[in-house]
Amino acid sequence: MSAIAAAPVQGKGAGIADRLRRLITANPSAVPTIASVIIFVGMIVYGEVAYGRIVQASTLSNLLINNAHVIVLAVAMTFVIITGGIDLSVGSIIAFSSVAGVMLSNAGWNPIAVVVLMIVFGALFGLVSGILIRYFNVQPFIATLAMMFLGRGLASLLSTKPEQLPSDSPIRLLSEKIKIIDGPKVNDLVITPAVIIAILVVLAAFFVLHRTRTGRTVYAIGGSENSALLMGLSVHRTKVLVYVISGALSGLAAVLYTSRLGTAQNITGIGWELDAIAAAVIGGTVLTGAYGYVLGSVVGALVLGLMTVLITRDGGIPPEMTTIITGGILLVFVLLQRAVTRKRE
Amino acid sequence: MSAPARASVWRDLIHKPFFWGIVAIVALLALNVIKDPTYLAISINPNNGNLVGNLIDILRQAAPVMMIAIGMSLVIATGGIDLSVGSLMAVSGAVSMEFLAAAGDSSSLGVALAAVGLSLLITGILGAVNGVLVAYVGLQPFIATLVLMLAGRGVAKVITGGQNTAASSDPYRWIANGFLVGIPVVFILAVLIVVVVSWVVRRSALGLMIEAIGINPKASRMAGIKPKGLLLTAYILSGILAGIAGVMSVGSVMTVDISRTGYQLELDAILAVVIGGASLAGGKFSLSGAFVGALLIATLDKTVLFLGVSSSATPAFKAIVIVAICLLQSERVRSWFQRRRRTQAPAPRVEIVKEEAAA
Repeated sequence: MSAIAAAPVQGKGAGIADRLRRLITANPSAVPTIASVIIFVGMIVYGEVAYGRIVQASTLSNLLINNAHVIVLAVAMTFVIITGGIDLSVGSIIAFSSVAGVMLSNAGWNPIAVVVLMIVFGALFGLVSGILIRYFNVQPFIATLAMMFLGRGLASLLSTKPEQLPSDSPIRLLSEKIKIIDGPKVNDLVITPAVIIAILVVLAAFFVLHRTRTGRTVYAIGGSENSALLMGLSVHRTKVLVYVISGALSGLAAVLYTSRLGTAQNITGIGWELDAIAAAVIGGTVLTGAYGYVLGSVVGALVLGLMTVLITRDGGIPPEMTTIITGGILLVFVLLQRAVTRKRE
Repeated sequence: MSAPARASVWRDLIHKPFFWGIVAIVALLALNVIKDPTYLAISINPNNGNLVGNLIDILRQAAPVMMIAIGMSLVIATGGIDLSVGSLMAVSGAVSMEFLAAAGDSSSLGVALAAVGLSLLITGILGAVNGVLVAYVGLQPFIATLVLMLAGRGVAKVITGGQNTAASSDPYRWIANGFLVGIPVVFILAVLIVVVVSWVVRRSALGLMIEAIGINPKASRMAGIKPKGLLLTAYILSGILAGIAGVMSVGSVMTVDISRTGYQLELDAILAVVIGGASLAGGKFSLSGAFVGALLIATLDKTVLFLGVSSSATPAFKAIVIVAICLLQSERVRSWFQRRRRTQAPAPRVEIVKEEAAA
């Protein structure tokens, strides 16, 4: 544990190579995170060389805009996985929240109330999973799997058709593009309020996870729940809390996604659990818990987003392959983690 | 039969793990009968002598769920889980349909058998991938199978090129839609497979060893059981059975719908297993319980549709049932029940001891 506590702050002022080496020797589980950064840079370089027009303002800002919700999901998943749990319900929560939110705003509700409610719906799903896991000892993947089906089923009860957000709805403002730098032709540096929200979420999560007592407890639970209990940490409260956080952030991701797309459907978000888990794992979060970084998960989400961009640019790879490639990458990283942690044992 | 003997038969039945499953089936059927008094009527089709009726439909729909539930039972008994069964059904359907469409011979029995064989081979291989990841690499079962659950649909899409392939083959169709002496072939097949699997598992030491792994992997290893091969076998079996389920469900419409075939059936399989009285923590399993569980799920599906709720909403009801069962299985609720019984009954000692012995 102490190795991790020291890792983000150690070696200030030292050379980057020296710092990296010390990071790896002190903490072998940082290898996947470093690997993901290298992969990300490598993908950008490869994309620029092979297809061109990757390292430019419009592509990179679109990467952020299109993946704001994935970043939020990956951050949420990081919390859960570090405690040694898993949340399979994120995709279904998004489906339920967005369908319910769009229907409410179509019914003339105040947009701010709708946004708050969408997040609250997510938090409620998370609360139920958390209570099942904490008070009734249900395995996390069973509890969240049940929530996954419950959310999907409830969303289908509400509507099975695509629900359209009114074109004058203020919720759409969240994805209104703001030009920061007006580049030549369409090469503008653009940002949306949704991206800003995602960045704020990342910063807040970083602060909570790495700088507060709650964050310490999250890591401690993943390391050894019994020891954490014996140390007098508030294990039970924190364990419920991570699922509530995950649910609430999924609700927020639903807001961001719906504002960008303008429609919601009961089949929205199928398979996004894989994206969120893959992003966290690629970013160096170990599936057995106790190791992981918020910023690593952000890189993981961007790697996945960039992969989709490259696949579209390439055109030779059928889009059906995307889930297989994501699954394959996830598997490779899980095996990598396995090798690293086994060596340490 | 004397009165005490009858009472003991009753007590035995009540203590069977799947007793409440049967009660639930009867309750659901009663609900349907209240809405439509002729619901249970079974008639004989005068043209071909086949039985027709809602009950027959339920039997037919239960068959694929039975297949994956049997596989899931074995996997859960080892302390694992197989989340990929639904996707493997889609893969199996995709392989069959592509093969039949390419062969183009709609009446040949050989082609149909080859299609089934090829499907089962491929799902068996995918099951083996799960098994290797769990047994030899040492991944957590739900992660290893989650990858295939989500990527499996991608595999099915790649096989069909993103299309919902349709094909025609009379022998293949017969598996899902045919009748043998008035009873659906698919149900007879399912019962046969359940009987064969339970016979093999219970007549040999296989079932005992699988349970031993689930109850205490360390102790079982010390007792000389080699867990790796057994785990691999369980996952391969689960894959093959999911393949059979895929053939059954695709065969009735002769079209594979890559996004709908077997979609969310993982939950059905898990549900059937826990209704059958098995614990998700591994250990004891009951194939007859899973059989009853599958029947209950088919009845639930049919009832929800009959009551006029959209079929895509049924997962919500199943999720509620599974949460309820998980709650009933949890220590906290059990001890709460026992405490209540202790305060109510004056001499509960014997009962509690008996329960502990049973557990």
